[in-house]
Amino acid sequence: MERKITLPITREIARTIKSGESCLLSGVIYTARDAAHKRLVELVEKGEKLPFDIENATIYYVGPTPAKPGSVIGSAGPTTSYRMDTYSPALIAAGETGMIGKGKRGTEVVDAMKRYGAVYFAAIGGAGALLSSCIRSAKIVCYEDLGAEAVRRLVVEDLPVVAVIDSEGNNLYEEGRMAYLNA
Amino acid sequence: MREIDAKLITETVARLAVEANCLLPGDIKNRIERARTEEKWPTAQGILDKIIENYGIAERDDMPICQDTGVCCVFLRIGQDVHIAGDITEAVNEGVRRGYAEGYLRKSVVGDPLRRVNTGDNTPAMLYTELIPGDRIEITVAPKGFGSENMSRLKMLKPSDGVGGVKAFVLETVEQAGPNPCPPIVVGVGIGGTFDKAALLAKKALMRSADERSADGYYAALEDELLESINALGIGPQGFGGRTTALAVNIETMPTHIAGLPVAVNINCHVTRHKSAVI
Repeated sequence: MERKITLPITREIARTIKSGESCLLSGVIYTARDAAHKRLVELVEKGEKLPFDIENATIYYVGPTPAKPGSVIGSAGPTTSYRMDTYSPALIAAGETGMIGKGKRGTEVVDAMKRYGAVYFAAIGGAGALLSSCIRSAKIVCYEDLGAEAVRRLVVEDLPVVAVIDSEGNNLYEEGRMAYLNA
Repeated sequence: MREIDAKLITETVARLAVEANCLLPGDIKNRIERARTEEKWPTAQGILDKIIENYGIAERDDMPICQDTGVCCVFLRIGQDVHIAGDITEAVNEGVRRGYAEGYLRKSVVGDPLRRVNTGDNTPAMLYTELIPGDRIEITVAPKGFGSENMSRLKMLKPSDGVGGVKAFVLETVEQAGPNPCPPIVVGVGIGGTFDKAALLAKKALMRSADERSADGYYAALEDELLESINALGIGPQGFGGRTTALAVNIETMPTHIAGLPVAVNINCHVTRHKSAVI
């Protein structure tokens, strides 16, 4: 059974989402990968304003393919999350409550998630065409020079994700595998 | 001596780049669909269903299966009786440039590994050339995503490590990768040669059909055994648990030095893309 979640995710909502829950996200999310994260965290460290409101924001680690004429966006699946581990704790401290990517996270990220209340979702890696169909609009917010890596504001409808690591540090990658092996 | 216009190479590379990114090869589809029928774990079944739905949408809508349309690996096997009129490297790069622009594919190449500015057209291709008998050119275009490329490893084993050492290294590599390379994966293993040749063998192993076993019975048995061992790890589709961690293990080998046993493991995700043509 999938849980429908309307964005934004507040810290309170984040704490109710449990590892292993399949969720359908609807509302506004922002895209950012390695290069954009680096710039965002530099702003945070300088105490400057970010180009979008990070409070209760969910960031999707994606670099989409270009939109064909008449399309909102191209293929848009998640990229591997550990490359953002250096930057995520600062963004979580600044207000980020949701992250969407795929793959493992470092302890520094999980510690920040537990401390502030944030959730890490995985979208299906390699399912860019399917995930694209959930994106209703896409607009570049900043860092256009980064091309596919620019920050985009997406409006999504029923974007299918799975909560992998919750705000208590429970981890589906460990627990799902154990459950399968012990079944 | 047969003359081939470099423009024909450009056109072929451009076409193959688009097709490879939007149409999943039949052998991989068959493997995924067979894995779906054999998979008993409900979460894993659900993920495999979505993966199947995804490549259906990509095929129907002429859309990249995955947004990481990769660095473009191009293998040219050139007949030694062919003369190519024009600059062959530039012809391939122009094919990549054109295919990635016309196919609305992502440009994912930076011009320098440390200064990291995107080249804007996905060039240069990773170009591999080989001379073969005859007067034709076999062209294979294989877009390679880096979620899986980053999980690949190479080790110079000792001869005394033997087949046990090779098996342990392959399993350790898949274990360490876990959910990161988007399982179910395809595992290319290169054994022998030199440091660099082992890596190339592993990459070439990924070009072989998942339905085709090694022609050498010893290695065919090792491929089956490794696939079984990997699928007993329980990582499962996307790392959420399940049987389907790998779709195939392909091994390529070559002679090596008396003092060495190089082994390379090149990992590919379930979007294992390659498309070939002969001109």
